[in-house]
Amino acid sequence: MGRTRRHPNGSGEIGHFLGGLEVALVYSLYAIVSQLRAGFPLPLLPLLPRSPQIDMGYTKDQLLARLKELQIDFVCYDHPAVLTVEAQAKYVGHLGGALSKNLLLKDKKHRYYVVSALANTNIDLKVLSQRLGLGKGGLRMAAEEALQKILQVPLGCVTPLALINDSARDVSLLLDQGFKSQQSCYFHPLTNEVTLSISASSLDRFLISIGRQPSYVDLEANPAVGKDNPPDLASLVPSGLPTLPDKVENAVVTSIPTGNDGLTVEKPTKLAVEAKRSAASQKEKLQKVQSSIDPLAEATNIEKLVKEILDKTSTAFLNEITKDLNDPQIAPSVSDVVKRRVSSDLEHMMMSLKNAAYTQGFQAGFQATLRSSLQNLSMPR
Amino acid sequence: MAEDPKKGDAVGSGVGDREGEEEQVVNPWEVTAKDGGKIDYDKLIEKFGCQRLEESLVRRVERLTGHPAHVFLRRGVFFAHRDFNEILDVYERGEKFYLYTGRGPSSEALHLGHLVPFMFTKYLQDAFKVPLVIQLTDDEKCMWKNLTVEESKRLASENAKDIIACGFDITRTFIFSDFNYVGGAFYENMVKVAKCVTFNKVVGIFGFTNEDHIGKISFPPVQAVPSFPSSFPHLFSGKDNLRCLIPCAIDQDPYFRMTRDVAPRIGYQKPALIESSFFPALQGESGKMSASDPNSAIYVTDSSKDIKNKVNRYAFSGGQDSIENHRKYGANLEVDIPVKYLGFFLEDDAELDHIRKEYGAGRMLTGEVKKRLVEVLSELVERHQRARAAVTDEMVDAFMAVRPLPHMFS
Repeated sequence: MGRTRRHPNGSGEIGHFLGGLEVALVYSLYAIVSQLRAGFPLPLLPLLPRSPQIDMGYTKDQLLARLKELQIDFVCYDHPAVLTVEAQAKYVGHLGGALSKNLLLKDKKHRYYVVSALANTNIDLKVLSQRLGLGKGGLRMAAEEALQKILQVPLGCVTPLALINDSARDVSLLLDQGFKSQQSCYFHPLTNEVTLSISASSLDRFLISIGRQPSYVDLEANPAVGKDNPPDLASLVPSGLPTLPDKVENAVVTSIPTGNDGLTVEKPTKLAVEAKRSAASQKEKLQKVQSSIDPLAEATNIEKLVKEILDKTSTAFLNEITKDLNDPQIAPSVSDVVKRRVSSDLEHMMMSLKNAAYTQGFQAGFQATLRSSLQNLSMPR
Repeated sequence: MAEDPKKGDAVGSGVGDREGEEEQVVNPWEVTAKDGGKIDYDKLIEKFGCQRLEESLVRRVERLTGHPAHVFLRRGVFFAHRDFNEILDVYERGEKFYLYTGRGPSSEALHLGHLVPFMFTKYLQDAFKVPLVIQLTDDEKCMWKNLTVEESKRLASENAKDIIACGFDITRTFIFSDFNYVGGAFYENMVKVAKCVTFNKVVGIFGFTNEDHIGKISFPPVQAVPSFPSSFPHLFSGKDNLRCLIPCAIDQDPYFRMTRDVAPRIGYQKPALIESSFFPALQGESGKMSASDPNSAIYVTDSSKDIKNKVNRYAFSGGQDSIENHRKYGANLEVDIPVKYLGFFLEDDAELDHIRKEYGAGRMLTGEVKKRLVEVLSELVERHQRARAAVTDEMVDAFMAVRPLPHMFS
């Protein structure tokens, strides 16, 4: 589509890569939100992230601004630069929140992991490595350069919040489940000179807003890993393929009906924009991978489906028949004739199915929008 | 679109007055052959200024799409075109185009002749994998047939179900009715087109008179404008250069002659056309297919019994009056309706050739040909009815929803 990317009205952006369903939903919600805005003093949420150039990382101020946009409560404590948890504890350790220790790890295939844990959680890299399916010595601390290049933070400043940077899109995040029971947790907001106090659920909201699914792990657990016990954290290994856009699309569809916090307009666009940016920058990687450009179109390609069905059926039949018949030549030509006669009817039936299924989905989406917008209307802010 | 692609009831003031002339009359509201004979298609092509669809183009279509060409192409049912070769050039280069066709929903009862353009359009959609817009001109029928607005809208919705049953892909098809959709960018284009056509011109093309109401006179832009992608901003925004191909019956040519004339003046691409001949009535070329005479056509609601009855009793036969004469002289294939209908609907080229040869030589009897026709038609109508049963109001709503079609070119 020929629209510019910096269109102030995000809906043009949306239509570019969300399906019809999502557009219908977002258009309706946008209409509702506009009304709400007129009636209630909602802060105007810009629908595009105020992001720096892709190569330059976010600054602390930009990060904090984003948290404010998301209406995440946090407190900031300024102090001199600290490089270790002990040093940090000197300044903020008495305030009652939970200090975190954060590691940037790397595996043999150059995949990166941020492990963020409570300061007193024991982390055994060998165990972790096995649980991730990387073997016994698969994980080690990443080099200093990686901090700069991938997380774009200085030394001693590893933090889950660094995942806001596009350069960290392939980094896997492991969070200590111990955070969940804490009232507030302490992380560096992209600089060593500040400590950010934030609840685990707020951290989750932030992570979701940048297209991440928060994964909490019992970091001290040491389950046996063997033939009958597959590595329990294997799913957290970065796949290297753009799973992010897929996850985002699913997140878009599911988060809209459930989200009641008025962010539902915000989320899809932010998620979608993030997905687009990361999808665009994934293009070089994709060139090697055979891009099935449009999986939905592939799955609904009726002609292909019918051909496959008929091929399978006729092969099965042929196998059975040639066992009985003496003349193996007859059967293939018979099956050709049969295929020709049946494929046209079958194609028509499949098209009916496709149209009916789309209609059901369309109805469902429409109903979902209605309910969601009614809910929004009845919940003034 | 206007009347079904057949010599329908001659409606339309002023145009009917020309019946006394020697020339054949072909326009959106009337199709009459000279002296009640057959339509001379060569003359028509010459008069309209379109081109014959050569064999070479048919081969080219097969090559480009990787599919065997549709029956209607192979048998010359779709026989004329304007710029179809350009569309194929565009497609070969990897650019896309979209399809536009339509129906004037004048009656609830659809017969096989009505389905012909839709069956062909479905083939084009599947073979080229391109999107399609279908216009239901309920406003036109309201004006020309003097229906109420509610009734025309209702008919549009009912006809939409039969159209959908032809097997269009909902992920690539947008159906709209004028009463619902006209407005916005569509209306802007209508005004642009209207500004370029004088009253004199429209009288010349469509035969309007001073007694015609202004609704009729201002209608032509409505049918012209779906040829321009900017009329559908929810589908084609940013693709102003997208070409359009219009499969239609040749009596619709005047609308698109006008459109093609106007298009460059408003900075748009000319639509291309691919045109079909007329579907003969059951009683023969000179008969009139009319909604009031159920025996003049096979309707999509007919049972196999009805079909058998109609074909046996009313299908005009080119066979001789007695078996001896028939064996001696053979059948007259020029006027024989069953063979003509088989030409439309019998897929197997070899079988059709065989039938024509044998029947023409007198070795095959009319009864046999009719029997085969009944089989073919029953199968077709049954399949349509089955598909039609699966079309609900919700499905029509979904087809007609103003929604983007993200997979329309996949």
